[in-house]
Amino acid sequence: MDEPLIEFRDVTKRFDSRTVLDRINLKIYEGQVTTIIGLSGSGKSVLLKHIIGLIRPDEGTILFQGKPLHDMDEKERASRLSRISYMFQDNALFDSINVYDNIALPLRETTRLDKNEIDRRVMARIEQTELEDAIHKYPSEISGGMQKRVALARALVTDPRIVLFDEPTSGQDPVRKNAILGMIAQYQRKFGFTAIMVSHEIPDVYFISNRILALYEKSIVFQGSPEELEDFDHPFKEEVIRSLEGLQVELTGLYSRRQFKVMHYAQLAQKGRGTTFCIVLFSLVGLDAIRTGSEYEAVQEIIRNLGLYIDRHFGAIGGFSTRLEQSEFVTALPYSDLAETKSILENFAREFQEWSVTGLRAAGREQARENGCVELAVLAGIALGEPVADITPVVNEAKNRQIEIARVRCDSRRS
Amino acid sequence: MERNSKIRDLEENGTEEQPGRWLTMPFAALGRTAIGWVNQMGASFIFLCLALLQIFKAKQLSKIVQQIYYIGAKSSMIVLLVGFFTGMVLGLQSYHALVKFGAQGALGTLVALSLVREMGPVLTAIMIAARSGSAMAAEIGIMRISEQIDALDTMRINPLRYLISPRIAASVVSFPLLTALFDLIGIFGGYVSGVLLMGANAGTYIYRVQASMDMKDLTDGFVKAIVFAVIVSTVSCYQGYFAHMRSDSRGAKAVGFSTTSSVVLSCVLILVSDYVVTSLLI
Repeated sequence: MDEPLIEFRDVTKRFDSRTVLDRINLKIYEGQVTTIIGLSGSGKSVLLKHIIGLIRPDEGTILFQGKPLHDMDEKERASRLSRISYMFQDNALFDSINVYDNIALPLRETTRLDKNEIDRRVMARIEQTELEDAIHKYPSEISGGMQKRVALARALVTDPRIVLFDEPTSGQDPVRKNAILGMIAQYQRKFGFTAIMVSHEIPDVYFISNRILALYEKSIVFQGSPEELEDFDHPFKEEVIRSLEGLQVELTGLYSRRQFKVMHYAQLAQKGRGTTFCIVLFSLVGLDAIRTGSEYEAVQEIIRNLGLYIDRHFGAIGGFSTRLEQSEFVTALPYSDLAETKSILENFAREFQEWSVTGLRAAGREQARENGCVELAVLAGIALGEPVADITPVVNEAKNRQIEIARVRCDSRRS
Repeated sequence: MERNSKIRDLEENGTEEQPGRWLTMPFAALGRTAIGWVNQMGASFIFLCLALLQIFKAKQLSKIVQQIYYIGAKSSMIVLLVGFFTGMVLGLQSYHALVKFGAQGALGTLVALSLVREMGPVLTAIMIAARSGSAMAAEIGIMRISEQIDALDTMRINPLRYLISPRIAASVVSFPLLTALFDLIGIFGGYVSGVLLMGANAGTYIYRVQASMDMKDLTDGFVKAIVFAVIVSTVSCYQGYFAHMRSDSRGAKAVGFSTTSSVVLSCVLILVSDYVVTSLLI
């Protein structure tokens, strides 16, 4: 693996006699979305503040591109800071200046850009975060959600190479939470910055994260990909992940990926050798064209409804489903063969298209009036698997066989 | 036996009980307080030096002008009011004292010199410490506890340059101007009470005001005003800036205490430094 961008070596931090971080070792790689998960008050924000130098460790070393922070002179430190943006948990907006000035402040104070260029960049971020109506308002005059978006716009206005997000979705409703995570993921792909995020939003953060760091009892107990976290056996999983996943099942009706795997093993292991089962992989495509905040919200509404609809339709015939990526769902049909699955999928496509006229259309049309059309294609692919075998190759095969089964437009015209 | 009891006492209390310790306790407390004060003074001085270095950086002028408006222009009404009545009281009291010796002709001299050399700079500084100094401490303190100052750090904006330097520079400009305003309106207040109300001679009053003052009196007054400006702005900004490090309180309460401390400490230091500066200038 490449050299880590940021590395903690035996970092310990105490406040008075209370140890918050105890011999932390972690690695963060360039160009990835790394999410730090853990219980409230476990020291996630403290850890994040060490990266930007707001807090210094009592013991241990923090390396930035292989060089210890404490060996850097003021100039080097300033050069490093110029590449990093930080979005505070409580936003830390300047309450005596308006929204526009809050977003423009880093450009005005740290660059030599002229007024017009600053205005262009600020307005671009304001439009992306849908804050046009709040430009001249003070932070105290706008809602908590809008304040969050102002903080996000301010963090991104300097086009940073590294962005630290401290609970970017706290205080947001479920749709907006996913909209913000989607926005972060899209900006990260578009601008290629390294995102380091502290979040409670399990499992939603898995869909946008390349790497997960689990902070538990003052130490990093896991660092790896979200897939690797599935196989991680530790009390952290019981205490933190399962409780949050249980909530997720109640909210969406879908199983978590780990629960999906458990179901897969439990149900299919009962089958004999030679018997097969079917996997259907659904994808929503066209998300990269989404630009504005309301479009993000419309898409999140569509994703959520698609998940619910898949669960309702396939759950009735013994299938079980999970969300794989930000816009991917997978369904296992343990009692169906290929021909039967094709037939079920055709029915699903027909009913889904009809349902979208009343369901998805409503979400899209509402946005269309102000921000143009949201258009997404729904793809589906079927693959045959054998019991107890690893499900990943089957899912990949289903992905290769995907075809368009429906198209969702804000004006609901069918393609 | 006695040794054992000493060991037991050490184990229980952690320290050996010294005979007559209660006698030394007040001195120890006094010493700790003094060391604390010296530490704080040293830290404030370093804070001031670092802030002064940032005054002449780019993009500072607009912020300084804005602060002159808040600290200077917006304090002018209260300075006018206090100056006028201070002059009136001074005129009234002085007239009654001078008339006993038949020296009411010296009223202009007494009022003018008292105001220009002493009362003008001191009272103006105390007024601004109460009005603008407390506002500075509170504003910066709230910015500190709501992480706005940390946000500046993360944005590579030096908080000393952005927040502190403009306030110190604006105070250095505003204090002498407000002191001049105070002096002027105070002399007029003395004229109103001494001449218009008590009947002293108007020509003599104005002539004495002009004749008794030389340039040194004015410059000494302005030197004091500048010294007070540095003290008030530094103390107020320092108290707000380090509100989160107070040992006696946290959060909003710490901001409240910092605001109070800024006013009390400013007033004390104004009076102490007034004596020191006067003794040096006289």
